[in-house]
Amino acid sequence: MKEELLVTARGNELIDPSLHIWTWEVAMYLFLGGLTAGVMVFAALMTVLNKDEEAPFAAKRLALLAPLVLSAGMTTLFLDLEHKLFVYRFYTSFQITSPMSWGAWILVVIYPISIMQILSTFRSGYGFFAGFADRMTIGREILDFCERYRRQIAMVAIPFATALGIYTGILLSAFGARPFWNSGVLGPLFLVSGMSTAAALVALIARHHSEKALFTRIDLGLIVVEIALVALFLINLATGTGQQIDALQSVLGGPYTLVFWVLFVGIGLLIPLLLETLEITGVSKKLAMLAPILVLFGGYALRQIMLDAGQESSWTHYDTQYNSELLERLHEENP
Amino acid sequence: MKRREFIKLSSAASAGAVVSPALMLGGCVSKPLPGTGTVTSTPTVCDMCFWKCAGDVYKEDGELWKITGNPDDLHSGGRLCTRGTGGPGAYLDRDRLRKPLMRVTVDGRQTFQEVSWDEALQFIATKMQGIADTVGPERMALLHHGAGGHHFLHLLRAFGSDSHAEPAFAQCRGPRDVGFRLTFGESASSPERTDMANARCIVLLGSHIGENLHNGQVQTLAEAINKDATLITVDPRFSVPAGKSKHWLPIKPGTDIALLLGWMNVVIEEELYDKDYVERYTIGFEQLAAHVRQYTPEWVFLETGIRPDVIRETAREMGKAAPATVVHPGRHATWYGDDTQRSRAVAILNTLLGSWNREGGFYIPEKVDMPHYPLPDYPKPKFKTGDAYPDKWPFASQGVTNGVIEASIGDDAFFKGWMVYGTNLPQTIPGAVDKLRAAADSLDLVVVVETMPSEMTGYADVILPECTFLERYDDIRNSGERHPSLALRMPAFEPLHESKPGWWIAKQLGERLGLRHYFPWNDYADKLDWELRQVGSSLEEMQKIGVKNFPRKRPLYFLEGQNVRFFTPSRKIELYSQQLADKGFDPMPVYTPPEPVPSGYYRLNYGRMPAHTFGKTTNNPLLFQLAPENQLWVNPLVANEHGLASGEYVRLASREGAISSKIRVRVTERIGPDSVFMAHGFGHKSKRLRLTAGAGADDSELMTNIKVDPIMGGTGMRGNFVTFVRQPGEGGAA
Amino acid sequence: MTRFAMVIDTRTCIGCGDCVVACKTENNVPEGLNRDWVVEATSGTYPDLKTEFRSERCNHCSNPTCVTLCPTGASHLWKDTNIVLVEPEKCTGCKACIAACPYDARLVMHPDGYIDKCTFCHHRVEKGMDPACVSSCPTRCMHFGSLDDPSSEVSKLLKTREYKVLSPETGNEPNVYYLL
Repeated sequence: MKEELLVTARGNELIDPSLHIWTWEVAMYLFLGGLTAGVMVFAALMTVLNKDEEAPFAAKRLALLAPLVLSAGMTTLFLDLEHKLFVYRFYTSFQITSPMSWGAWILVVIYPISIMQILSTFRSGYGFFAGFADRMTIGREILDFCERYRRQIAMVAIPFATALGIYTGILLSAFGARPFWNSGVLGPLFLVSGMSTAAALVALIARHHSEKALFTRIDLGLIVVEIALVALFLINLATGTGQQIDALQSVLGGPYTLVFWVLFVGIGLLIPLLLETLEITGVSKKLAMLAPILVLFGGYALRQIMLDAGQESSWTHYDTQYNSELLERLHEENP
Repeated sequence: MKRREFIKLSSAASAGAVVSPALMLGGCVSKPLPGTGTVTSTPTVCDMCFWKCAGDVYKEDGELWKITGNPDDLHSGGRLCTRGTGGPGAYLDRDRLRKPLMRVTVDGRQTFQEVSWDEALQFIATKMQGIADTVGPERMALLHHGAGGHHFLHLLRAFGSDSHAEPAFAQCRGPRDVGFRLTFGESASSPERTDMANARCIVLLGSHIGENLHNGQVQTLAEAINKDATLITVDPRFSVPAGKSKHWLPIKPGTDIALLLGWMNVVIEEELYDKDYVERYTIGFEQLAAHVRQYTPEWVFLETGIRPDVIRETAREMGKAAPATVVHPGRHATWYGDDTQRSRAVAILNTLLGSWNREGGFYIPEKVDMPHYPLPDYPKPKFKTGDAYPDKWPFASQGVTNGVIEASIGDDAFFKGWMVYGTNLPQTIPGAVDKLRAAADSLDLVVVVETMPSEMTGYADVILPECTFLERYDDIRNSGERHPSLALRMPAFEPLHESKPGWWIAKQLGERLGLRHYFPWNDYADKLDWELRQVGSSLEEMQKIGVKNFPRKRPLYFLEGQNVRFFTPSRKIELYSQQLADKGFDPMPVYTPPEPVPSGYYRLNYGRMPAHTFGKTTNNPLLFQLAPENQLWVNPLVANEHGLASGEYVRLASREGAISSKIRVRVTERIGPDSVFMAHGFGHKSKRLRLTAGAGADDSELMTNIKVDPIMGGTGMRGNFVTFVRQPGEGGAA
Repeated sequence: MTRFAMVIDTRTCIGCGDCVVACKTENNVPEGLNRDWVVEATSGTYPDLKTEFRSERCNHCSNPTCVTLCPTGASHLWKDTNIVLVEPEKCTGCKACIAACPYDARLVMHPDGYIDKCTFCHHRVEKGMDPACVSSCPTRCMHFGSLDDPSSEVSKLLKTREYKVLSPETGNEPNVYYLL
């Protein structure tokens, strides 16, 4: 028998009995960040590939969602900060070794690019609102400018949005202290998952059947890639260090097994894969609306499970001799 | 699942903290570094346990900051232990007693009511005077523990009673001190006079130094380890020192005397003993040699489970290192009821090795020769404490607390009044709650002087709140030890609330009893100053330095070939004790096998944890957050059999049916499959101890099978058997 | 750069927790929170056993991932040393450093909300004193000093005794050493 025991009571909030610093706010931010990346990439790709006809929604209107979704994500991220008033401190320096600092600055670049992306198809996508802008000289000039450089803006958007998508994964994988996250596959996996959710979103809300079908096919391909990346991720951990092998147990029999395999892999990947295959092959279109919803759900589930299982994975595995709940008595008026 | 629930709870709490806008604005700014304010310090002598280490109380900008060891204090090596460092918690404890309380009956129900000091003191004085007038002052007894008890002993002696007892005797070190005194004519002292720092071989029998934090003992044991001394630990449990030992002997519980006799056998048979020492200083060697001949290692093996080759090897290690071998006398020695005899065996083995008062064995303690403040002689009492329990325990050299309690029950009981100072009897006297209740019902007066609302205060007629050691003067520390020294305890703060120093309480009572001439000082400082001036110091000097070291006047060890007159009837070290024989006891230690463990039961082993001084410190907020509960150690085989897992809570039932509070299970290999273990001092029932109430279990309430030592009255506590009980709806992980 | 190290002798550590209380009082660490702690590691089967006590805290790593992953520079090195400190005035409470520490040595300082940790008592080190935990240890099993000075006690101990650090595979190059 091997015992490793904390013999002095320790009740450090958010750390004991196991790390739980980040909750749904951060998972939601990672999900929405990935979705934003996918949204921008698809909007840009449709422009670069001249798909205004085949995918009118994605090419002309989709981009509007990027800043909205991203802002929602930023809001949840902000909710997570222990010191909300000091959020500006992210922008008082640039720390080259910190993915989080990179992320903070990428967001600064992403916002103007995504606004320009919107404006570049504003007249064709949102004619009614563009009419207001066109009444002012400055508005007209800006819209003219963005339309003129629509293609160039899209070309710039693709690498930055991709960086955003990958960053949401690297943010976690950079933490060598959390063996479950410590895999290079996490960046591509989060990017592909983000794109998959964006494709699902288009399939869900685009009006034309042809566009829905196009994005269902794209999503299908992305789901296949994502499954491969999930497999790579698991193999990566399984063939890694002792700590990574230990960490992997949390989804192979450990506390996250059920949610990982049922909620994420089953409901978030395999069922949509089946439904979308049925849809594309024309066998059944009955549940066509369900697949993209499941993909979006799966995208969130992936982040939440990764976040939770990763935080619980650690280099140190100390049991505690004491019931930490007793320490709450210190803070009670009348325990 | 509970684990996640806890997480939710704490994150909800933190979310609450974050939402508050004031907190959002208040934080995230640098705080000044510790010690950048105005720092002052006051000397103290720690009262977190009985070791009396000197320290300095630091204040920053008038607020209590920390207590650290006084670097000049050789008694403590300049360092405090965990509890001493946690001393600020005693002062800051929000559950401290604040005002005098008196038992009153309101609407037919008894309750405590806050009263003025004057009312409380006058009530006590009247009652005491009544006892003196009707049955005599000797019927008033003091039960005490700790340095401040002296004020009340003085009061009682002035009053005409010398009846007093401290559980430190019959519940702790009594058998050891009596055993050593019967052998050497002197006790092992406190602090123990072991010369471990210079020892080449140290033998610990059930003495878990390190789990108990007897500061000087811990420090000198560490020094010995650093110097690669051979450590031999005899303990059925893999104790902390067992883990540091070259030889760990996981002995069958209760068979220590067999092992000691076996070691004597080897030491004598193989002529490892110090012939010159034995010849010069002892009587009874021939009888001893004949007596131990029967206890061969092979015979010992059958009793103790320790292999004969291990017994021989360890005996040779002791012999090789002798006289620099300490067979440690231990401290808490009341185990199986034959404890005086076991302590005698330890003393005899040390004698054979020639280690008593030899370098690396034991040293000769020395105090500072400081006169006491001149006071009138005490009146001569008609009775001594022991007259309350005649024909019992002829070698009890101090009052026997369990004897006093029993002599306080019933209308015709010997004692009519108690003053209880600093000792929580319900947790201290094993299985005595019923007797305490009966005694409290019989007694005319029970006064409890305490800093904390311990369980004992629940038995009181009057509760007097004493201030903590950080708020008072007590007597100068002057204990017999290697380096004679004096140390001062003085107030670092004014007493909080309406608490008062013990000396003040004793003086106030004395004055109300017409004993003013025994308390001629206005402030205890006056008394201390007078005494200090007799040895060339002064209160003013001590307030600056805290500790004053004095040169030794006598040698630390016996000189080579020195003739010594021991304080025994024969003036020799008595290997054979005629004193014991005269009273019908075995003149040399004899082994009696322990009661076997009944099927389905486990031996209840108990001990200490370094964070706490029994139940005295468990409510201290600094120490509570270090160690908030005790655990029940259970061997994995036993856990398996009973389906127990670490972290779950169980109760224990003694063979005689006592049921404990809930205790958290720790499944560990550090205990064998025949026993369970818990640290003493938890399972408080007093709700007014808000941090510690109900945390952990109390071993003493499971002690329903007490073996009283017929020689000196010690309550043997290790013969208790327990099993697990799980009540419906209880248990499960936490 | 001065590399400070703590060297703790597991032979004489008894796991008493004095270091923990000394840290709490010296640094006024809020109730219930801890910058250091004691671990007991027991292996074997009764009666063939081994127990080790370790007083643990921030390792003040030579390659501190908590510093490299901090997005604002709040986690930084004190002066030209390996002592890792947090500048509350730069901290956002993003908690990246907590996740970045393989030793779980960082904590949120509630109610103030910034991240806190062991400072090696740099306020004492600056005055030539040992950290509070080292100064309090009753068995004197803890030692502190500079590894750049070959004559320092810590350098000598690491030269003459067998030792280990916790999880060296992290690559963080911890500077709290345990003598075996």
